[in-house]
Amino acid sequence: MNIIASIKLAKEGNRRELAKLLSSIESGIKVPVESSNPWVLGVTGPPGVGKSTLIGAMTEEWVSRGERVAVLAVDPSSPKSGGALLADRMRMSTADSSSSVFVRSLATRNHPGGLIPFLDPMINLLGSCGWSRIIIETVGGGQSEIRIVAFADRVMLVDGPDRGDIIQAEKAGIMELADLVVVNKSDIPNSLHVSNSIKDSLNYSGNDDRPVLLTSAINNDGISELIDAVEVLEVNNERAPLRFKERLLSGWDYLLLSNPLLSDILLDLESGAINLEEAIERLHQS
Amino acid sequence: MGMRIVIAKPGLDGHDRGAKVIARALRDAGHEVIYTGLRRKPSEIARVVMDEDAVAVGLSTLSGAHNVLIPKVCEELIANDMSDVVVFAGGIIPENDRENLYSIGVRAIFGPGTSTSSIIEFLDKVSERKKENLEVGVGQNSGWRWD
Repeated sequence: MNIIASIKLAKEGNRRELAKLLSSIESGIKVPVESSNPWVLGVTGPPGVGKSTLIGAMTEEWVSRGERVAVLAVDPSSPKSGGALLADRMRMSTADSSSSVFVRSLATRNHPGGLIPFLDPMINLLGSCGWSRIIIETVGGGQSEIRIVAFADRVMLVDGPDRGDIIQAEKAGIMELADLVVVNKSDIPNSLHVSNSIKDSLNYSGNDDRPVLLTSAINNDGISELIDAVEVLEVNNERAPLRFKERLLSGWDYLLLSNPLLSDILLDLESGAINLEEAIERLHQS
Repeated sequence: MGMRIVIAKPGLDGHDRGAKVIARALRDAGHEVIYTGLRRKPSEIARVVMDEDAVAVGLSTLSGAHNVLIPKVCEELIANDMSDVVVFAGGIIPENDRENLYSIGVRAIFGPGTSTSSIIEFLDKVSERKKENLEVGVGQNSGWRWD
């Protein structure tokens, strides 16, 4: 089937065609869709804090409010085999049945620049197919995860009550991008203490009014309040320049890593024929 | 480049050690494995295969309900325009029940004692047949099976 006919079907609500178009984008094929100005939330946080379960609970709440929710759940590919084990959707209870929910698991694959060149077109396609709330989920808080969530206009950091302190998150730099912080597992006693210490640390740097919320995704506690808070987040805030900087850096990395001169330059660097400065100069001129 | 493969647990069966071992083995062979978790309905499994645009689905069942659940998954796939998806099964499936499952489109059945490498060989064969445009999907009537 040609791609234009496929886009038309996807926009009419054909999930099979939508799923196939997402695969096409992932394999590097251009899918021509006009800009849909999608609503996107990036969710990240350390492993095991309950991000997927929380997204599942948020999705149910959104669906009850009449939204159509699409989730892109990103997990790393194995650097050794290139394979991946993708199991985020098993924690999202309505992912496999509700017609108002679409969950797609994505492996980072070993593309130069990871998923970065494909995220924008995927989000745009989902938006133009009528998905009114789009979530990007990544695990961890490393640089590549930050790059991925920076493609969302709103960023939510999820932490848990059993993780010591928030210093880990601050080290990774994700705190600076987060518009909202959630401490999940509020059913565990230490969670109130953790959310208080996050609030304290935000207040050190002056007038920081970013919301810090407590939820228990498995008990559906605090979910409605969380959705209320997410819905009123301002997109144009002081963190917007940071987001765009991360997106620009992603694009830049992609250009660098896909430069045909790259392997030659790396060889020259390795053999000592050129130094780092000369290598940068050569890339700059190409 | 590996394939996208759903590993699913249909019905009321809480035994997932086998499914998890298979999921890991397939990942280590370079495939992208989507694991559904326990107790999925046949209609939900078909939905996962659709949304994830998977090439194949492996059904793990040890509860004795394979004669009901596996055909239901196959029917759901065919009814939803996914006749090209490859279905394979594993778990406790007695010899006497297998012929019927093959006849409705299951391409391989792996019982206890199967080494993970033979499942990977099966998937390599599937990949080869796909490349040659040979029929291998659940709703494609070719009679081909792995044994």
